[in-house]
Amino acid sequence: MMTESISTASPSMITRRWIINGEERTLRFSPLTRLLDLLREEEGLNSLKEGCGEGECGACSVMIDDQVRLTCLIMAAQLDHGARILTAEGLTHNDLGDRLQRAFGEGGAVQCGYCTPGVLIGSYTLLQANPAPSPEQVRAALAGNLCRCTGYTKILEAVTVAAAVEEVTGAAAAAEKVKEHTP
Amino acid sequence: MSNTSFIAPVTLDQALDELAAPDKPAVLAGGTDLWPQWTSSVEPRPAKVLSLHRLEGLRQLTSQGGWLRIGAACTHTQLVNSREVREFSPALAAAAATIGAIQIQNQGTIGGNLANASPAADLPPPLVAAGARLELASRCGTREVDLDRFFEGYRKIDLRADELIIAVRVPKLPPLGREHFRKVGTRRAQAISKVVGSCRLVLSAKGVFTAAGIAFGSVGPTVIRCTDLEQWLIGRRPDLETAEEAERMTRETLRPIDDLRSSADYRKHVAGRLVFRWVQDQPDPAAP
Repeated sequence: MMTESISTASPSMITRRWIINGEERTLRFSPLTRLLDLLREEEGLNSLKEGCGEGECGACSVMIDDQVRLTCLIMAAQLDHGARILTAEGLTHNDLGDRLQRAFGEGGAVQCGYCTPGVLIGSYTLLQANPAPSPEQVRAALAGNLCRCTGYTKILEAVTVAAAVEEVTGAAAAAEKVKEHTP
Repeated sequence: MSNTSFIAPVTLDQALDELAAPDKPAVLAGGTDLWPQWTSSVEPRPAKVLSLHRLEGLRQLTSQGGWLRIGAACTHTQLVNSREVREFSPALAAAAATIGAIQIQNQGTIGGNLANASPAADLPPPLVAAGARLELASRCGTREVDLDRFFEGYRKIDLRADELIIAVRVPKLPPLGREHFRKVGTRRAQAISKVVGSCRLVLSAKGVFTAAGIAFGSVGPTVIRCTDLEQWLIGRRPDLETAEEAERMTRETLRPIDDLRSSADYRKHVAGRLVFRWVQDQPDPAAP
């Protein structure tokens, strides 16, 4: 059995090897460490915000193995070796991440910015699984991300724009392919 | 620095051994209910945590002989996405989709939802209405309990300290059966219900009820099953007269309280109206 720590005079530590934003990282932490604190304090991933700390606001959302999760409700030790974690920092130099960030910036979907990293991660997770979501699907996917600047309409529009850009580029690429194969 | 120890067994036997030990660990499934309790000091932080995340067997969904066996550590997302759950109990799939939002559904588990025993929990009403049973395991063996008997009172459950919920078993919805689920809250996501209710009603080919399960949450110290109403419905037709009496009986059965989320009167009224609609919203047995 994996008994990873035994209560002794010295604090017992847990070790995990994860892929964080595409990079392999080895972390050591004490058993009751929240994933949020570990990623912010030890890894310096400041895009994660602690809004409510009890799973209501979505500001600490990250993508873990293709699912959006809340780091304030996850004990770091619950994630085993090999877990793939994506934070908003990992959305640069990434086509879908770039498109989303551009759509958010150009569409005025960012006001104070506190909710933005969590919203971007939620949107990224959605569009990765479903490149052309309906407005209702976008709403459902982001229902767990609260924005207190009342910016929901622009956020939802930005996600739709980012998805449409993909469709356009996808269609353009397809048209190029057809041209290549047309004598 | 905490000196909590963290245990993550890979077999059920190892987990049950840990539960039988004198320094019983806190059992951690998804953690969506436990973490806020620990961090806000509602509950003291545990000295020992037993995480279920490596028990593969607890995340399986299997159907056998008209029953669907749902491993206790299946997430709400698994319930939402499972074709079998939708087939065996559409109301359960609908309920799982209303829990928190996607982030919580990806993390929280069915076993955790039941063990936490919140009177406002979303999964107990459809499970109780469907006649679900629980498998509880300990080193002494496994026993089964009816879910409605598992909830004994406010946050009080029939689970010994050395026992673990390992699975929920749900009987398949019969061909002329229909389920309904409704959660009434202030907001569609991230809301705790004012009233949450579900039913499984089964008609005979002659168009009378042969089986009925109706249960509500957020209207009592624990999930409330409308047993008198269920029995009264047997043999009756899904007509207006039946629906009106069913509405009245529902209001009589429930004993909700006034609290910050809603009033007792509103809760009784809404539950009654839901039953009024559910009773009449039935398939036509004569239809092909």
